[in-house]
Amino acid sequence: MTLIHQYKSNGYNIVLDVYSGSVHVVDDLCYDVIAVLEEQNQAHTKETLGMPDTKECLMERLKDTYSKEELLEALSDVTELAGEGRLFTRDAFADMADAVKERKTVVKALCLHIAHDCNLACRYCFAEEGEYHGRRALMSFEVGKKALDFLIQNSGNRRNLEVDFFGGEPLMNWQVVKDLTAYGREQEKIYNKHFRFTLTTNGVLLNDEVQEFLNREMDNVVLSLDGRKEVNDRMRPFRNGTGSYDLIVPKFQKLAKSRNQEKYYIRGTFTRDNLDFGEDILHFADLGFKQMSIEPVVGEESDPYAIREEDLPAIMKEYDRLAQIMIDREKDGKGFNFFHFMIDLDGGPCAAKRLSGCGSGTEYLAVTPWGDLYPCHQFVGREEFLMGNVEEGIVKPEIADEFRGCSVYSKEKCRNCFAKFYCSGGCMANSYNFHGTIHDAYEIGCRMQRKRVECAIMIKAALS
Amino acid sequence: MKHVKTLNTQTLNHTVKRGGCGECQTSCQSACKTSCTVGNQTCEQKK
Repeated sequence: MTLIHQYKSNGYNIVLDVYSGSVHVVDDLCYDVIAVLEEQNQAHTKETLGMPDTKECLMERLKDTYSKEELLEALSDVTELAGEGRLFTRDAFADMADAVKERKTVVKALCLHIAHDCNLACRYCFAEEGEYHGRRALMSFEVGKKALDFLIQNSGNRRNLEVDFFGGEPLMNWQVVKDLTAYGREQEKIYNKHFRFTLTTNGVLLNDEVQEFLNREMDNVVLSLDGRKEVNDRMRPFRNGTGSYDLIVPKFQKLAKSRNQEKYYIRGTFTRDNLDFGEDILHFADLGFKQMSIEPVVGEESDPYAIREEDLPAIMKEYDRLAQIMIDREKDGKGFNFFHFMIDLDGGPCAAKRLSGCGSGTEYLAVTPWGDLYPCHQFVGREEFLMGNVEEGIVKPEIADEFRGCSVYSKEKCRNCFAKFYCSGGCMANSYNFHGTIHDAYEIGCRMQRKRVECAIMIKAALS
Repeated sequence: MKHVKTLNTQTLNHTVKRGGCGECQTSCQSACKTSCTVGNQTCEQKK
């Protein structure tokens, strides 16, 4: 089995050979030749490409458009690529899928729900204003310590351990964040580990003391803001209904600058109310931010702000428009990073990582304020996914087994998808929310993901 | 090659040899939290 994806974008003819990960920018001639050859025989090899039948078929199909010499030249290029394992590459990873399913995993990352409470009342919050289908609560230092102990004890030989202080709003439990960080720093010396702490905040309680601490201790901070004032304030009001933009933006600007515009993301959510979300990204750039992310909202189909299938054409156009603007700004020396257009074609993740996905339920777990363990932050509050707690550890290993068995090869929808090694099968929580199983995929999310991969590759082509 | 410009030097097969150490960042810890974006993660061994 081979898989080739061809598309035209912004004047570039792009050919992605999925199983080698090779990306080729080709001229019209070669683009058409590859399309005909793939139609002719998906399982072409260097040998079959050299057969007389192949040449004859090619000539017959494209003789009215290209000369014989041109076609033979392009065929020669294609044959060379196939010989190098960069085109018509066979799927060498299907055999790895069983090994991925059977692999021994260790826990290496925790999402600590340090506060199930929030000082904003964002309309789309999957955490229901921080309460996660439950009660308001703050994590105690004792529970947090046990969570870090659990992580160390279950991390095997992994040295790098990640802990995200998440909420609700983690700054509402600031002393515990500080105390747990100090505890982690003590423990990492004893156990020869290295904690990478991160924190996700809405910025309301950000001040100089917090900033100094974050800059000293946090590998990354995620700063929640949706973009333009009117967009942000519509979805991210305080509980009394007033907007949060004016209070938060100066704090985030100061923090980003103090981190030398690195190791942070300004992170927004777009909804069907701002399908021109490219303007919000550009607004971030105009505010001076360099690292940014805007994610499509995930909500129930009945939510008025949820992305619908009919919104997709506008979203695709907007991603294209944003990609073009990013190229222009980069060329003008005013470039910025957009998380979803970042792609590392040479130094990206290994095949094992691409097959196995985000690690939720196995390598990555969420911890509630009272110490319960869930597969990830998005499953918190769904009792059928309660896996254990920080006192007793994992008491339902069958839940971890199910997540471990989930890979791009366990999902029928991923079989012929060119983006499967970039999203690794997509978000399991999204799949569960829409289909009641983690082994499916959320189609609207898939279509946006495919578009983002196409744009990311096109940007590489334009700037190469 | 006259008609092709290849953007990457490595193939996924190369990564099988060096892969699977598990030291890399967990994808949801970076910025997404509501999707799954693995393709932009960095391999710890290439840092």
